[in-house]
Amino acid sequence: MEVVILFAPLLGALVSGFFHRLIGERAATFLSTGLLFLAAALSWIIFLTFDGTTEYIRILRFIDSGELSSDWSIRLDRLTAIMLVVVTTISSLVHLYSLGYMHGDPNWKQHESYKPRFFAYLSFFTFAMLALVTSDNLLQMFFGWEGVGVASYLLIGFYYRKDSANSAAIKAFIVNRIGDFGMALGIFALFYLTDSIWLDDIFAQAPRLAETELSFLSLSVNAAELTAFLLFVGACGKSAQLFLHTWLPDAMEGPTPVSALIHAATMVTAGVFLVCRMSPLFEFAPVALTIVALIGAATAFFAATVGLVQNDIKRVIAYSTCSQLGYMFAAAGVGVYQVAMFHLFTHAFFKAMLFLGAGSVIHAMHHEQDMRNYGGLRRRIPWTFAAMVIGTLAITGVGIPLTHFGFAGFLSKDAIIESAFAAGGEFGSLVFWLLVVSALMTSFYSWRLIFLTFCGAPRGDPDTHAHAHEAPLSMLVPLAVLAVGSCLAGMVWYDDFFGSNVDQFFTTSVFVASANHVLHDAHYVPALVKASPFIAMTVGFAVAWLFYMVNQDLPRRLASAHRPIYLFLLNKWYFDEAYDLLFVRTAKWLGRTLWRRGDGSVIDGVIDGLAFRIIPGITQQGQRFQSGYVYQYALVMVVGVAVILVTIAIAAGGL
Amino acid sequence: MEFTLSIIIFTPLIAAVIMGVFLRGDDAIAVRNVKFLALAASVATFLISLVVLFGFDTSASEFQYVEQATWLPGLQYKLGVDGISVLFVILTTFLMPITVLACWHVENRVKEFMMAFLILETLMIGVFCSLDLVLFYFFFEAGLIPMFLIIGIWGGKRRLYATFKFFLYTLLGSILMLIAMIVLWQIAGTTDITRLLEFKVPSVPISLLGWQIEGGLQTIMWLAFFASFAVKMPMWPVHTWLPDAHVEAPTGGSVILAAILLKMGGYGFLRFNLPMFPIASDLLAPMVLWLSVIAIIYTSLVAMMQEDMKKLIAYSSVAHMGFVTMGIFTATRQGIDGAIFQMLSHGLISGALFLIVGVVYDRKHRRDIEYYGGLVVRMPRYAMVFMFFTLANVGLPGTSGFVGEFLTLAAAFQVSTWIAAGAATGVILSAAYALWLFRRVVYGDLVKTAIRDIADLTRREKLVFAPLLVMTLLLGVYPSLVTDVIGTSVQGLVDHVNTQAFAAFDLHANESLVANDSR
Repeated sequence: MEVVILFAPLLGALVSGFFHRLIGERAATFLSTGLLFLAAALSWIIFLTFDGTTEYIRILRFIDSGELSSDWSIRLDRLTAIMLVVVTTISSLVHLYSLGYMHGDPNWKQHESYKPRFFAYLSFFTFAMLALVTSDNLLQMFFGWEGVGVASYLLIGFYYRKDSANSAAIKAFIVNRIGDFGMALGIFALFYLTDSIWLDDIFAQAPRLAETELSFLSLSVNAAELTAFLLFVGACGKSAQLFLHTWLPDAMEGPTPVSALIHAATMVTAGVFLVCRMSPLFEFAPVALTIVALIGAATAFFAATVGLVQNDIKRVIAYSTCSQLGYMFAAAGVGVYQVAMFHLFTHAFFKAMLFLGAGSVIHAMHHEQDMRNYGGLRRRIPWTFAAMVIGTLAITGVGIPLTHFGFAGFLSKDAIIESAFAAGGEFGSLVFWLLVVSALMTSFYSWRLIFLTFCGAPRGDPDTHAHAHEAPLSMLVPLAVLAVGSCLAGMVWYDDFFGSNVDQFFTTSVFVASANHVLHDAHYVPALVKASPFIAMTVGFAVAWLFYMVNQDLPRRLASAHRPIYLFLLNKWYFDEAYDLLFVRTAKWLGRTLWRRGDGSVIDGVIDGLAFRIIPGITQQGQRFQSGYVYQYALVMVVGVAVILVTIAIAAGGL
Repeated sequence: MEFTLSIIIFTPLIAAVIMGVFLRGDDAIAVRNVKFLALAASVATFLISLVVLFGFDTSASEFQYVEQATWLPGLQYKLGVDGISVLFVILTTFLMPITVLACWHVENRVKEFMMAFLILETLMIGVFCSLDLVLFYFFFEAGLIPMFLIIGIWGGKRRLYATFKFFLYTLLGSILMLIAMIVLWQIAGTTDITRLLEFKVPSVPISLLGWQIEGGLQTIMWLAFFASFAVKMPMWPVHTWLPDAHVEAPTGGSVILAAILLKMGGYGFLRFNLPMFPIASDLLAPMVLWLSVIAIIYTSLVAMMQEDMKKLIAYSSVAHMGFVTMGIFTATRQGIDGAIFQMLSHGLISGALFLIVGVVYDRKHRRDIEYYGGLVVRMPRYAMVFMFFTLANVGLPGTSGFVGEFLTLAAAFQVSTWIAAGAATGVILSAAYALWLFRRVVYGDLVKTAIRDIADLTRREKLVFAPLLVMTLLLGVYPSLVTDVIGTSVQGLVDHVNTQAFAAFDLHANESLVANDSR
């Protein structure tokens, strides 16, 4: 069954990619969608019937060199089971949605066939993602890791005529590669230290690593800390955490279903999955965990601030994703991996829905993405409006404080904030406060999006507004399914991920050190702490209401009064500009200099000097050569070789 | 069969002779006959070489299919393959029919062109099969002549400059290697490579002109061999002949140059430097590792700024060969497995990339990146093939390009974290230059009028790429196909080297990965 789940998307990708001419475009796209639904159904069966015992399925040998051995294989434990349902569910819904969304895409000319290619990429992505989450060794994980990166690259650059899409695609791939660079070094270090890249071997030796010192780049560091940190660098790249986040907003160049699947619900959560998967290692690396928590919280805060002022609907949601991923890392960093997975799980539903909802808006508005040109769409696209509101209720964490009754985000996000408080210490409280403030901003920008898009009077091109229409059924059904998830996922699985059933649910798939009581303590934090996200959410909503419903001139006045801050946020803290100056220009300058000066002046200078000036004999040769006597030249060589051979032959014969 | 290797070596040569003697005239039929004969001969050679592969005993580290005969007085003709060399033979015979097919449209002196390639094939296979020093030297050096001719006659505008530069570089290395070979023969009393591999070259420190030379004679000889192989690789800083040679070479020449001729350098390191002079290798390995890292970073940066597609791929080749030299001189199982894998994989991928440039060059006779753009609009299949090999070149897991890089880096990490971290940055840079090239040539809208009418891959071109694509994927998904064949011999080599040197392999007295526990 697991094998079917893994290979169904691959089959879909191959058929859609290579055989769509044979069976027709429609059949190809329907087939790949159907196969994904099959995978999703099987995944749910596994998820709901899984008994907690880790299963191993070996498929084929992979790299095998001395002690370094690896297989293509499947490891099924609770973490895998969770990821299976997340990936296949969202993916199948996005496939279905794309049947409608990608129909008659104005970016393509009449005769161009783009749909099978799109579905092939989507299915291939799903396969790579499944290979990642089912892997039993670091090598297959790395395959999945880079595989999803390529799928992301291909899909971001799907509209290959657009320069901006091409740039964004390359940027995404290269920034991810920087993360992969860290992850690869982490794998090498683990192989060096444990002689194995199998997860179980590494987990078994983790306590020993904690007591091992290692010299890395001339620094003496703790082996467990180092390897955990290097793997986290990889996680930062894939999950767009601070310093390696710059690719994610640009990735919105891809078609919107892609944003929902890859850049919201699944691929970007791979980093969180990695940290949770490697929890037996991270639990022995307290410093690395602190870094994870701080980077996570800082990202949550940073991305939320930028999200406040963006005008492109997809970019707002992109920064929101970045921010929510920060929450997940913060949870993992304070040692509650289960809660990180909880938020990953619920976030997948509501964030995918927000993106698909945004896609529906964009679809309705003829690919207009600037919210300043929206307004009053509530009446035109009521179903989309309802879905977006549910998504917003979920992401902002609406629920009844001090109970377990609320939308999905209410349960999972609050669990993170409570855990951060329970973790205590100066870092714990810093993380706690950053997350609470971020919750306020999350609420503000999410409601801002709703108000700007659906409420008030229509702005922008009246013609576009007049033609705005509700999406077809294939797009609304996924929205409805996700809406159910956004409402219920938190409440249904609260006990399993955070409540009383958590140990039986996760069993051995997540390792928690005996000294780590954060998950337990989180239930006993003061009531005010438990209510803090709710308070933050309410304040955020109130401010958004004031700014965009009551006094619509206020934001503009505020922006012009604090112009530097506004520009700083609008330009995303100037990360892109700084990186361009520091890395891109430097690398190009270096490349040009090494080429012209290094290869040209220095190396070739010496060679030419030797050839044409210092050795006069060769000068002559050179001239002769240049007059075109290639044959003679070759003859000289043959004769030379022959003479040498004969000399040796005679000498040898004389022995 | 007793003479299998000889048959493989001489089949192309015989075909070339037949071509030269019997196929006369330059009318269309004669040209057609020439092409089909070349194709038939190279396919036949490939098929026979498969016999060797399937009959090869992967559990033995000794030479197999050994043939021995006295040639000239005192000179022996001795052939054989082991796990290290056998796959290079296969690579050569596999790529040759593809190259012939790719050169189907050559119009100028077709007969001579095909003859040059067939003779080249004989000589290249000879290099990988020779078990005698003199024989090796003959094949190794003589192989240059057809390549000179291919570049010099069928090359581009600056072909003479390129050939001359190529020649000058290799000449220096050849002379040094020749002298070292003579010395080796003098002290060991044999030119038989199997016996030389058992022979221990003196390594007592000697003093020369007041300089104390650690490792003595071994070091000197090592350097002499190194000079020749480093140029062939090519290693930084003796790489500048390669971009020029590639740019001027016709497509087929570039393919063979990148895919096979470069591999002779790596093969030489594995056959001579490492096993015959282990103590010197131990002493000089840090230098090689650093040169490799410099090569990877330096040439990747340079590749990024290239304006000529072929030059870019040529620089990329130098960077990829950096992983090979790095892997070899870690003297570990993973390092050498990875190095051999990287060479084989690079043979497929760089060959394919040069063919990819050839496709558009054939149509428009331009190689500058600027000239193109938006090809995907008119050439979707071409775009797909190009994308596949770009990703393989970038070392994407699942393609063969990944395995070699991964293994050599994993090995480098065991030796020095600085080396591993430095070389691993190449993985980032390769993504930058390769994807940027692809974007500029293939993606974007097709607005340039000059290329509006460009046509997609023909059936022949698809046939050329298909086997390369399949092999790249197959080796990437199931690398054991290679590692099983080379494993025993590589382990033998590693053991052999480690018993003489590298025993306490610790390149990093100060910068070591010493663990607390006694692992």
